[in-house]
Amino acid sequence: MSNTGIGAPVRRKEDFRFITGQGRYTDDIERPGQTHAYFLRSPHAHATIKKLDVSAALATPGVVGVLTGDDLAKDGVGGLICGWMIHSKDGSPMKAGAHPALAQGKVRYVGDHVAVVIAETLAIAKDAAEKIAVDYETLAPVVDMNAATGKGAAVIHDVAPDNRVYDWHLGDKTATDAAFAKAKHVTKLDLVNNRLVPNPMETRAAIGEYDAGNDAFTLYTTSQNPHVARLVLSAFIGIAPEHKLRVIAPDVGGGFGSKIFIYAEETVCVWAAKKVGRPVKWTSDRTEAFLSDAHGRDHLTHAELALDDKGKMLAMRVHTKANLGAYLSTFSSCVPTYLYAPLLSGQYDIPAIYCEVEGIYTNTAPVDAYRGAGRPEATFVVERLVEVAAREIGQDPAAFRRKNFIRKFPHQTPVIMAYDVGDYAASLDKALDLIDYKGLGRRKRDSARKGKLRGLGFSAYIEACGIAPSAAVGSLGAGVGLWESAEVRGNPVGTVEVLTGSHSHGQGHETTFAQLVSDRLGISIDQVAIVHGDTDKVQFGMGTYGSRSGAVGMSAIAKALDKVIAKGKKVAAYALEASEGDIEFKDGRFSVAGTDKSLAFGEVALQAYIAHKFSGQELEPGLKEGAFYDPTNFTFPSGVHVCEVEIDPETGVTKIDRWVAVDDFGVVINPMIVEGQVHGGIAQGVGQALLEGAHYDASGQLVTASYMDYCMPRADDLPSFRVDHTTTPCPSNPLGIKGCGEAGAIAAPPAVINAITDALGHEDVAMPATPQAVWRAAQKAARLAAAE
Amino acid sequence: MYAFTYQRAKTVRQAAGLLAKNADAKLLAGGQTLLPTMKQRLASPSAVIDLGKVEGLAGIERKGRTVVIGAMTKHSDVATSAIVREAIPALAALADGIGDPAVRNRGTIGGSVANNDPSADYPAACLALGATIVTNKRKIPADAFFQGMFATALDEGEIIVKIAFPAASKASYAKFPNPASRYAMVGVFVAKRGSDVRVAVTGASSDGVFRWSAAEEALRARFNPKSLEGVSAKADGMIADIHGSAEYRAHLVGVMTKRAVTAALGK
Amino acid sequence: MTTVTMTVNGKSVTANVDPRTLLAQFVREHLRLTGTHVGCDTSQCGACVVHVDGRAVKSCTTLAVSCDGAAVTTIEGLANGAELHPMQAAFREHHGLQCGFCTPGMIMAAVDIVNRKGHVLDEHTIREELEGNICRCTGYHNIVKAVEAGARAMAPGAAAIAAE
Ligand SMILES: Cc1cc2nc3c(=O)[nH]c(=O)nc-3n(C[C@H](O)[C@H](O)[C@H](O)COP(=O)(O)OP(=O)(O)OC[C@H]3O[C@@H](n4cnc5c(N)ncnc54)[C@H](O)[C@@H]3O)c2cc1C
Ligand code: FES
Ligand code: FES
Repeated sequence: MSNTGIGAPVRRKEDFRFITGQGRYTDDIERPGQTHAYFLRSPHAHATIKKLDVSAALATPGVVGVLTGDDLAKDGVGGLICGWMIHSKDGSPMKAGAHPALAQGKVRYVGDHVAVVIAETLAIAKDAAEKIAVDYETLAPVVDMNAATGKGAAVIHDVAPDNRVYDWHLGDKTATDAAFAKAKHVTKLDLVNNRLVPNPMETRAAIGEYDAGNDAFTLYTTSQNPHVARLVLSAFIGIAPEHKLRVIAPDVGGGFGSKIFIYAEETVCVWAAKKVGRPVKWTSDRTEAFLSDAHGRDHLTHAELALDDKGKMLAMRVHTKANLGAYLSTFSSCVPTYLYAPLLSGQYDIPAIYCEVEGIYTNTAPVDAYRGAGRPEATFVVERLVEVAAREIGQDPAAFRRKNFIRKFPHQTPVIMAYDVGDYAASLDKALDLIDYKGLGRRKRDSARKGKLRGLGFSAYIEACGIAPSAAVGSLGAGVGLWESAEVRGNPVGTVEVLTGSHSHGQGHETTFAQLVSDRLGISIDQVAIVHGDTDKVQFGMGTYGSRSGAVGMSAIAKALDKVIAKGKKVAAYALEASEGDIEFKDGRFSVAGTDKSLAFGEVALQAYIAHKFSGQELEPGLKEGAFYDPTNFTFPSGVHVCEVEIDPETGVTKIDRWVAVDDFGVVINPMIVEGQVHGGIAQGVGQALLEGAHYDASGQLVTASYMDYCMPRADDLPSFRVDHTTTPCPSNPLGIKGCGEAGAIAAPPAVINAITDALGHEDVAMPATPQAVWRAAQKAARLAAAE
Repeated sequence: MYAFTYQRAKTVRQAAGLLAKNADAKLLAGGQTLLPTMKQRLASPSAVIDLGKVEGLAGIERKGRTVVIGAMTKHSDVATSAIVREAIPALAALADGIGDPAVRNRGTIGGSVANNDPSADYPAACLALGATIVTNKRKIPADAFFQGMFATALDEGEIIVKIAFPAASKASYAKFPNPASRYAMVGVFVAKRGSDVRVAVTGASSDGVFRWSAAEEALRARFNPKSLEGVSAKADGMIADIHGSAEYRAHLVGVMTKRAVTAALGK
Repeated sequence: MTTVTMTVNGKSVTANVDPRTLLAQFVREHLRLTGTHVGCDTSQCGACVVHVDGRAVKSCTTLAVSCDGAAVTTIEGLANGAELHPMQAAFREHHGLQCGFCTPGMIMAAVDIVNRKGHVLDEHTIREELEGNICRCTGYHNIVKAVEAGARAMAPGAAAIAAE
C-alpha cells in the first residue's frame, strides 16, 4: 500500500478551499447583470386559482419581470417529470398528475409555486411579490394518508380519483399465506416511518443565464447529478437541446438525495433568463427549503413475521402506505417500491415474502429519496419485527438473529435480490464484543440505581447499493440506465485529469478518486485532478446517490485506467524498442521484462504525445481513454449497529450512551472518509429516531418549517461512535467496493428504537421518540408493571 | 426585511426622544429577537433606534446585597461576571444557558426582559428573585412587570435602563429545553430568602412566566424536594404544541421544580 | 442609506448601505467574502459565525450598520497568509468537514470557544459549546476531535512542542 494509494487514510485534497473560505457554492457565484428571483408560494394546501393579477408587482420600480404558469404554457415549457414507471397489481400504469413548474389553475401544497418575481434585488422582488393579487378558492385539504383514499376525500389530481398513484406488490402471495397458515408464532407490528426533511446545510440555489449570440443556456445549480438535470431539462421540459444547455454544479453543500431531483425553481430560472434577457439567480431560504425540498420517508406499515416452533423465520407479510405528496418528484415512485420491498429479506433466510405498497397523493410537499431511500424504511420494518419476535418468543435477540442469518452465498431472496457475498455473523460477533454485551446486565443495574432505565438495541442491516445494472432497472421501469462514465486524460508531462460523471458534495471524490489513480498509475495524488459537475467538460454521467460513486463511478475510472495502461504499454514498446508483450507496468514504470530498461509513466505520456517513436498509422498519438461501466449486480453492504441508551423516566429524555458500528463495505479506498460517512449517516438516523419529524396540521400547514420546530441533531445530542469493520470484497466490480454512504442512516433508526423499547420493558414508541413520547411510554410501562 | 431608517442614540434621553417622535420605531438592543422577527417580515418598524452605543447602559455592579445589571449587558457578560457568580450563581448559570455562545455574545438582559417571550429564561429569574426593573421613568417590581405572553408593564416609549436583583440565600434554575429551539419548554427558578420562597415558572404557561404558589407554600414549610410530593401543577392554561402537551408540561414543571430545589440545596 | 466604517480582516472599509443589510450580506455581497455562509433564517445554524471585536456572533443576526467602528474577522482572515490557523489545520487533519458548508462557521465558533475556555477542552464541553452550529454531514464526531486538537495546537508554544 502506497501512502496515497488504496486503503490509505489520505487527508482530503479539497479541504484547503473549504477551511479557508474559498469554496465556491452556487450562491457564491455572481454573474454580470444578475437579477434575483423570488417565488410567490401558495399559502393554501389545496385551492384553485380564480384570478392572478401581477400588474401591480410588474409596475414596481426595480422589477424586471413577473412570470406565471400561463407564460410557461405559452412558451410550451413542459412539466416536471417522474422518471420511473411503476405498474399497479392490475397492470395499469401509475397515475402521474401534471406537474407544472408554476401553478396552472390549481395549487396542491403549501409552498407550491404560484408566480416568480424577478428584480434588481431580492428585497425588491419580495416587496413586489406582496403586491400580486391572487384570488384562491380553497378546496378541502387532503393531509392524512388514511383519509386520502377514503370516500369523500377531495381529489388532488383528476387522473387519480381515489388519490392512489399505484397499488403495487412484490413477492409470492400464495406461498407467503401458506407459510403463515402453518406458523407456530406470528409477530405483528404497526409502524410509522416518520416524515423527514433532508436539510443539507446549503439550501438549493440556481442561476440561469442565456447567451443570445449563441442561443445557448447555462444553469448553475446545486445538483447531485448535473447531467441528469440537463437531460430532463432538455428532453422532457424542453428548455433547449442538450448541446445548447450547459449545467454546472459547483461545490455543493450536502445533498442527501434532495439535490438529485429537477425542481421548479431551477427550471424557471433558466427559462426566465431568456425571457428577461439577464441572468436570474434564486437562493432558497431555509423556510422555503422546508416547504419545497422533496421530503423523505413517510410510511405507514403493517408487518407480520411468521416463525416455526424453533424460532426459524418462515415468511414475512408487509402492507405499506407511502405518502408521495402532492406531485410525483423525479424518482419518487421507485423509492417505496423497488428501493424498498427488495430489501425486506434483510440479512435473513426467509423463504417467502409478500409486500404490497400503495402510493398516495396528499396535499403536502413531494416526497422522494432521502439518504438511504427505501432501504431505511425496509430495514426499520425488518429489524423492528425481528427484535419484537425474539422478545415475544423469549430468545436472546442476538442469538435469534444469528440463527436466521443467511450463510450460503450467493443467495437468492424471494424479493428480486441475489446477494453475492457477506459474513453477517462475523459483524455480529465483533459488535457484541465491542459493546461489551456481557456487561449489559451490570450496566442496567447501575443505571437502575440512579433511577434511570438502560436498554440495548441491535440493527443488522443490509442495503443494495451501487445502483445499478441498467438492463435490470430498465425492466423494472427506470427511465434511464444507471451506468457511470469516466475519462482519463494523461497529459504530456505525466499529470492526469479524470473526468467523472459522479458528483461530490461532501464525499471527498477529489481525494479518493485520485487515490485510485495514484494506486494504478504509481503517481502522486498531487499529479491528479478530478473534474466533475460540468456538462461541458464531462460528456455524460449519472451522478452521485445510492452509494454508487465508489462501486460504479470508480469502476468506470478503473476501466479507463486499464485502457490507459494498455495504451501506455504500446507506446512504451515502441519507445523501448521491445515487443508489446514484453512490457510490464508496475509502480508507475513501464519496463521490458527481464531487463533494466524502463520508462516512468510521465515519460511514456510524453512519448505518446510527441509521437516520434511510432508511426501515426500504427498507433494513434495521445493518452486519453474513456469508459462506461455498467454494473453486473447491485452491491450489498451490510453490518451490525448496536445502540445503548439511558432514559430518564421522569422527563423521558433519552441519552445515547454507546454506539458500535461494524460494517462490511468490501474494499475501502480511504478509511478516514468512509468512517466519516458512517458517522454522518448514524447522526441522520439518530435524528430520525429521536428528534426529527415533519409535521403538517390538519389544514395542511407545515408546522415544522424552521429549526425552531424541526429538531436537527446537534453536537450535544450525539455521542462519539465506535466504528469498526469486517471485509468480504464485492465480487461484482473490479475494485471489490460495496459503498458506504447510506449505511448509518439505514442502520440507526431501528437500533435506537430497539434500545428504547428494551429499556422500557418492550413498550412500543413511535419515531421520533421525543422526550414526551418516551415519557408517555415509560408511564404506561410503569402502570403495566404495577398491575402485574 | 422591510426597509427602515436607522438611528443611533448616544444617550437614553436621545433614544426616548426618537421613540417619542415615531410610534412605529423600535429599539434595537442585541437584535437576537428583533432581527429574526424582522427578517421573517413579522415586524416592520419604520425606524430602528440602536442602543448599542448608548453610554452607561451596560455593566454590572454590586450594591450591598443587590446586583444591578445594565439593560445592554450581554448574556455572556452576566454568565462570566465575577460579581454575579459570587452573589447569585444561579443567575450566572441561567445566563450561560440562554441560546448558544454567539447568541449570548449579542443578546441583552434588557431586550430579553422587555420582550417577555413566554419561553425566555430571564423573566423566571426576575420573578423568583423579586427583581426591580428600572426604566427611564420609574421602578417596576417584577411581580407587576410581566403581564402575559409578550406583554409587560412598559409604556410606549419607556426604556429599560437596568435591573436590580436582590441576592437570595439559596437559588437555582432548572431548564428543560425545547429539543428544537432550545428555548425553555419548562424553566423553573426557585429562590429562598429567609423564610420566603419564590418559585417562578417560564416556558410552560400560555400566560407567560408565572409564580407557582402551591409549590411556594409547600417549600416555605420546608425547603426540600420532598415537600413537593403530592403538589402538582395544573395542565389548564399550559402551552400545548408538537413538542409537548399541556399535561406533559405540567408534569415537567413538577420535575424541574424538584430538581431546582435539590440543586439549590447543593445536593 | 447609512454610512458604515469597519475593519474587516485587518483592512478598513467604508460603505454606504441600506440599513437592512445584515453583516452576512455585507461581507458576502459587498466585500465578496463568500466564505461566510447563510444556512437558516432563524439564527440557529451558525454557518454565518464571524468575530466582531474578538467575539463570535451570528452575522445573519447583526446589522452591518451596528458594526460601525468594529473589527470584524471572517474565515478568510484567519490564516496567516499561506499558513493555516491551527484550528483550520486541525479540521483538515481530523476530517472535521465533508461538504464544507458549515465549516467556516464551525471554525470561527471553535476559535471563540478556545478564546473563552482555554486550550484543554473535554468532549462534553466541546459538544455543549457547539450548540449553535449545525452540521448535517459529519455527525460531529470528527468535528469534536478537530476542535480538541485545534485547541491544543493554539496554545502558545504548541507548535514548538509539536515539532520536538
Ligand atoms: C438562536 C437563538 C436562541 C435563543 N435562545 C434563547 C433561550 O434559550 N432563552 C432565552 O431566554 N432567550 C433565547 N433567545 C433570545 C435571546 O436571549 C435574545 O437575546 C433576547 O430575547 C432579546 O434580547 P436582545 O438584546 O437581543 O433584544 P432585541 O432583539 O434587540 O430586542 C427585543 C425587543 O426588546 C425591545 N428592547 C430591547 N432593549 C430594550 C430596552 N432596554 N428597553 C425597552 N425595550 C427594549 C426591542 O425593541 C425589541 O422589541 C435566543 C435567541 C436566538 C437567536
Ligand atoms: S445563517 Fe446565521 S445562524 Fe444560520
Ligand atoms: S460538513 Fe456539510 S454541513 Fe458540516
